[in-house]
Amino acid sequence: MATDVHRPVSPRAAQAGPTTQAGPTTQAVPVPQAVPVPQAVHVDGLTRSFDGRAVIDRLRLDVRPGEFVALLGRSGCGKSTLLRILAGLDRDIEGTVLVPRRKAVAFQAPRLMPWKKVWRNVLLGLPGKPDRAVAERALKEVGLDHRTDAWPKTLSGGEAQRASLARALVREPDLLLLDEPFGALDALTRIKAQRLVGELWQRRGCAVLLVTHDVEEAVLLADRVLVMDDGVIAHEQRIDLDRPRDITDPRFAELRAGLLERLGVDTAAEAA
Amino acid sequence: MSISHAPPDSPKTDISVKSDLEQPVSAVEVVPLLPASSRRTRVPRWLRRTAGPVLLLLLWQLLSSTGALTADVLASPGRIAQVGGDLIADGSLASAMGTSLQRVAAGLALGTLVGTGLALVSGLFRVGEDLVDAPVQMLRTVPFVGLIPLFIIWFGIGEAPKVAIITLGVTFPLYLNVYAGIRGVDTQLIEAGESLGLSRWGLVRHVVLPGALPGALTGLRYSLGIAWLALVFAEQVNADSGIGFLMVQARDFLRTDVIVVCLIVYAFLGLLADFVVRSLERLLLQWRPTFTGR
Repeated sequence: MATDVHRPVSPRAAQAGPTTQAGPTTQAVPVPQAVPVPQAVHVDGLTRSFDGRAVIDRLRLDVRPGEFVALLGRSGCGKSTLLRILAGLDRDIEGTVLVPRRKAVAFQAPRLMPWKKVWRNVLLGLPGKPDRAVAERALKEVGLDHRTDAWPKTLSGGEAQRASLARALVREPDLLLLDEPFGALDALTRIKAQRLVGELWQRRGCAVLLVTHDVEEAVLLADRVLVMDDGVIAHEQRIDLDRPRDITDPRFAELRAGLLERLGVDTAAEAA
Repeated sequence: MSISHAPPDSPKTDISVKSDLEQPVSAVEVVPLLPASSRRTRVPRWLRRTAGPVLLLLLWQLLSSTGALTADVLASPGRIAQVGGDLIADGSLASAMGTSLQRVAAGLALGTLVGTGLALVSGLFRVGEDLVDAPVQMLRTVPFVGLIPLFIIWFGIGEAPKVAIITLGVTFPLYLNVYAGIRGVDTQLIEAGESLGLSRWGLVRHVVLPGALPGALTGLRYSLGIAWLALVFAEQVNADSGIGFLMVQARDFLRTDVIVVCLIVYAFLGLLADFVVRSLERLLLQWRPTFTGR
């Protein structure tokens, strides 16, 4: 059942190749053999090269439905490229990529169309002629119902990011891709936005892939933290802390320190 | 080993009173910083701005009245106002303005159609760019006024060559700006539109065209300026009506007063056109914070 909502992000070059020749429905047949547990995301042997240099090199990744996965990594390690591939925005790839048909992206910049009012931005690209009430519900969910009629350029950074979240959520995605969505926010707004994303995820139950460089944010929100390095998932860390999580918890600090060390930041110097 | 905190047993010192320093505090000279408004002169800005032109007019009138400036060089402001009044009263100015406006409107409409159409073709399609852009860029370098003789041979001496010259002048600035507007649309927004599931046409309609609109309006502004210029050229050749005709006629009779009236009318029409585009911008670009109307 879960397989029929999946759609391979088919590599352009390999379209004629024997492995990816089949369409979405027929291709789903061999997939359950390879993946016994239904996955929201299944990536195997993914390679993406820029000018002959593999930024992503035979990467494997599985995300369970409803799982919150954070993807950490130094800048330039290919984590944003991976997200763009999963979003279907980058098709110059080799390998197998299965993603839900219903997926949504929230980018680091809110990327709202400045010439459309907030509620029209939320409904943009939805099939049919959705009612304004649909947008209003989604905006209420992110606490932005008072700015429904505003022009995007009059929103504050936090408000714009919430509008972008509403635009993603209104698509009722099975997979929500977040590309450093809090990166451009100030510290206080970021805490609020992180909390909001945590709540929305618990309410919606969709799988989330959060790309970030903020270790604390990853430990705060994710079920599983992946560290990407040299084009592969180099390290995986389950986070079993109870929610809501407390950043002053010693176990939290321990996980944070462990991940920072993985990322090549020496936390010993900080502690001394 | 760095100590970032004060040791817990250190006495709480009151830093506001330097009790251990017995030296008397030397008096610091303070000067009041006056708010900027109190230093401004009482004459309002608009008055100062108008004073310049008014003084110039007065000087002009003075020179004319004393005979230093004769009427066949340049008529006096008073005389010009009087002639302007007469031309309005007998309806000749209104009818000339009507004819000229019609020509500009026709040329502008045609040029907008052609310029925007070509820009859409070459902006939206790569094939279109290959086919259209090079010829347009080549034709653009030809000074359009130089084509008047050719147009007279092709279209005769009626309205057609005049409208054609204006059309030609209007087409290129619009083409360039609309094309640049389309190609300058933020790729991040296009990507966002793609991720939202917009079709190709949806992307054009919801992202590319609205994004190109500011550029298109800039193009329209340029085009309007050139349209008046083209009108002046077109009307000085074989015209039997319109403002240009009035001017040519006035030249033959050395009527500098009528010529100046016509120049003022041209300037006024240009201002009017600019006002129309500004209103259009305010209406269509209200999403830009600068156009929320102040």
